[in-house]
Amino acid sequence: MNEYTLLILLLLISLLWFYFGNKTALSLKNKQLKLNSLPHYYGIYVALYSIIPSLFSYLLILVFDGILFSNLIMEFVPKEILNSPDFNKTIVLAQIDNAVRGIYFGEQPDWVTIASNQMIEWNNQSLILNFFCSISLALGIGYLGFKNIHQEFRSRNSVEKIIISLLGLSSIIAILTTIGIVFSVIFESLRFFAIIPASEFLFGLTWNPQFEGAERAGSGQEGLASYGSVPLFVGTFLISLIALCVSVPIGLFSAVYLSEYANKKERSIFKPLLEILAGIPTVVYGFFAALTVAPLMRNGGSLIGLDVASESALAAGFVMGIMIIPFISSLSDDVINAVPQSLRDAGYGLGSTKNEVITNVIIPAALPGIIASIILAVSRAIGETMIVVMAAGLAANLSFNPLDAVTTVTAQIVTILVGDQEFESAKTLSAFALALTLIVITLILNFYALHVVKKYREQYE
Amino acid sequence: MNKNNSKMLTADEASKIVASSVIRRRKKDARLKTYGRIAIGLAVSFLIFLFVSIFSKGIPGFFQYYVTLDVYLDRDRLDPKGDLSPESLYNGDARSIVLESLYKVINPKGRKEKKAAKKIISSNADVRISKMVLDNSKILGKTISITFAVDDDIDSFLRGYIKRETPSSERRINDTVIKFVDKLSAENRISYKFSDYILTGSASRSPEIAGIKGAFIGSMLTLAVCFIIAFPLGVATAVYLEEFAPKNRITEIIEVNINNLAAVPSVVFGILGLAIFIGVFGMPRSIPLLGGMVLALMTLPTIIISSRAAIRAVPPSIKDAAYGIGASKLQTIFHHVLPLAMPGMLTGTIIGMAQALGETAPLLMIGMVAFIVDIPGGVTDPGTVLPVQIFMWADFAERMFIQKTSSAIIVLLVFLIFMNAAAVILRKKLERRW
Repeated sequence: MNEYTLLILLLLISLLWFYFGNKTALSLKNKQLKLNSLPHYYGIYVALYSIIPSLFSYLLILVFDGILFSNLIMEFVPKEILNSPDFNKTIVLAQIDNAVRGIYFGEQPDWVTIASNQMIEWNNQSLILNFFCSISLALGIGYLGFKNIHQEFRSRNSVEKIIISLLGLSSIIAILTTIGIVFSVIFESLRFFAIIPASEFLFGLTWNPQFEGAERAGSGQEGLASYGSVPLFVGTFLISLIALCVSVPIGLFSAVYLSEYANKKERSIFKPLLEILAGIPTVVYGFFAALTVAPLMRNGGSLIGLDVASESALAAGFVMGIMIIPFISSLSDDVINAVPQSLRDAGYGLGSTKNEVITNVIIPAALPGIIASIILAVSRAIGETMIVVMAAGLAANLSFNPLDAVTTVTAQIVTILVGDQEFESAKTLSAFALALTLIVITLILNFYALHVVKKYREQYE
Repeated sequence: MNKNNSKMLTADEASKIVASSVIRRRKKDARLKTYGRIAIGLAVSFLIFLFVSIFSKGIPGFFQYYVTLDVYLDRDRLDPKGDLSPESLYNGDARSIVLESLYKVINPKGRKEKKAAKKIISSNADVRISKMVLDNSKILGKTISITFAVDDDIDSFLRGYIKRETPSSERRINDTVIKFVDKLSAENRISYKFSDYILTGSASRSPEIAGIKGAFIGSMLTLAVCFIIAFPLGVATAVYLEEFAPKNRITEIIEVNINNLAAVPSVVFGILGLAIFIGVFGMPRSIPLLGGMVLALMTLPTIIISSRAAIRAVPPSIKDAAYGIGASKLQTIFHHVLPLAMPGMLTGTIIGMAQALGETAPLLMIGMVAFIVDIPGGVTDPGTVLPVQIFMWADFAERMFIQKTSSAIIVLLVFLIFMNAAAVILRKKLERRW
């Protein structure tokens, strides 16, 4: 008896109600009575009536009992641990949770055993409670629905109403996701800004969160951790710039060639080939950058007497540039194709060569769309994570030299948040502040790009 | 130009001026065309370079070196309790049985040489024997020849990555070991064949026995959860927005929202998972269920956008025909619009799933980066996924992991190619044009 069997039980009950509803409707029909809807609608109606409330209560109890218990269990934690300076709720909960699952590391303190026994008891009680609530809802409300069935009952309309509201509910998930993202980031960021002033975060020139641990341990090195995000943004900017230097010329020239010069056969070969670049997972690019491109650049640099860092911005930016070529080429290709043929014909009618039509007619007409594609590529480059985590390193140097090692916003977020972390420390919270700025920047870029595209569309329609 | 305007040109003069400029203009045109060709050539050669560099490392990663030894499977030593249970075999002395049969071939003298000889065979050799005995207990008490994976340093040496010429102090293996390996290969006991471990082994710190099975199953479980959540939700949202949503502010907000979600960097979805699913709802870390939920939220916009396009592409005449014979709106949608829009929806979904399969960053944040040896048996067992496994292996220092990582990448790419090809074929086969 566990959560899964309960779920299957609920589904079985609703299936049973479908059978009864259907059967009743058929028997009405067999009595030569004219039914309002097809018989199976009566069955679906009863089944929906039974499954929706019971499933709701099932999920509610499943999700919230854990939250409730993790707060209640704190009663069992001894006072001296609760009040000690290095008290950490997550670790205490994990300790109890491991005991519940029967994973032990050496001797357990007494209170952990007591708390875990209590937890097991609570979990069992909650399962029994869930069992009774859900089953009785499934049977009871299902019965209410069943009672509704009579000859003139408009079951199809009711079923459709329920289904349409379910469809509407699912569209709210998208909004809930956004709200979830915004809240998860904003709350933690506010806590961060309560510790570190926003001015230091936005304008500080050194990023060095690593000393947090030393500070907490009271080694006297207070004030060494610093949270100035300027080096991260400079690094992000530098890598994105290198990526653009690679991808914009290649992407634009490919788009022009594919849409204006290439014949059908060339197009059908090269367009998908370019799009493969967009389908390769970023972790593969990261591996490629770190193990193939970076050593190549380092060796190439030392041949001509340049000192290239082994985790240089150049390698990461170059590979990122390869990755975003298709974003620029296919979007630009689309907007170039959207330029009306009449404009081209007018140019050719005046005796222009293809080159002249492209540079004087098509590019100016498609410029807003091309700019939008570049902006989208920038937002892509800023949000790109794996390449920089694997190839750009973690040294927060404030440097504009592409041969130096730099780090980026996304790389820092990942490094800070991967593994076990304490939600209380400024170091962890700083990742949320970084994420907030990242979201704001990408959304502004995205909005601006859409705005440019919209403006452009109005010109030809 | 001004000069020309000041006096009238005869037709002859004008055509001469034009004719002289035509060559220049044509050259300029040819130049632009060449730039375009160069750009495409560069992009394609980057692609080829990427594939060649990965495949040249990855294909050897599917193979590894083995040493064949004649092992006497001593019943009493392998199975001290005599009941053939896994615990009894675990307590048995398989490791030294393997070593003894190795010593028989290479005759090490003294403690130092024996210590060197121990380095040759993978530490996994005893597990291999135990497994063979578990599968077939009749081999106990006989002498049979068994192949064992060699240690990763020996493997690198045999591949030539560790050079014989390097001074002994700078090599990871010393001269004695090399002498033994030479002896083994002189007796034809070293073989190079398809790896037993890469596809069927699970995560390990020893590269010679590390495999991708656990990560692969984790990926499949995560993807299944992602599909089960994202596909129905995405299709339902698309149907609602296309067919039922009233044109008002709320609908508008939902639409803007979906477009914005598509632009949010994937790492942010990891933060959402960390702060909401783990932080607030208290879900355990590292489980495919959580990974699938995060990826579902990430792929939802892709599915919604493509599903809406597919629904819009169904011609209104079909709907009108259904309404004409008395179908309700919902019946029209479920019986006619959705089946016709399904290929388009599935294409978008497969592309979204392919993205999800290759996604790494959000899964790092929700703890799927933990070192997990066990193969996950369900969506609530801790596990990892292929891209994260690739990320972890790429960080390990052992030379052999580079090849194994590349092999894992090849497996991932093959799957992505399959999925994308399926999407293309589906679109070509089932999509109708009206």
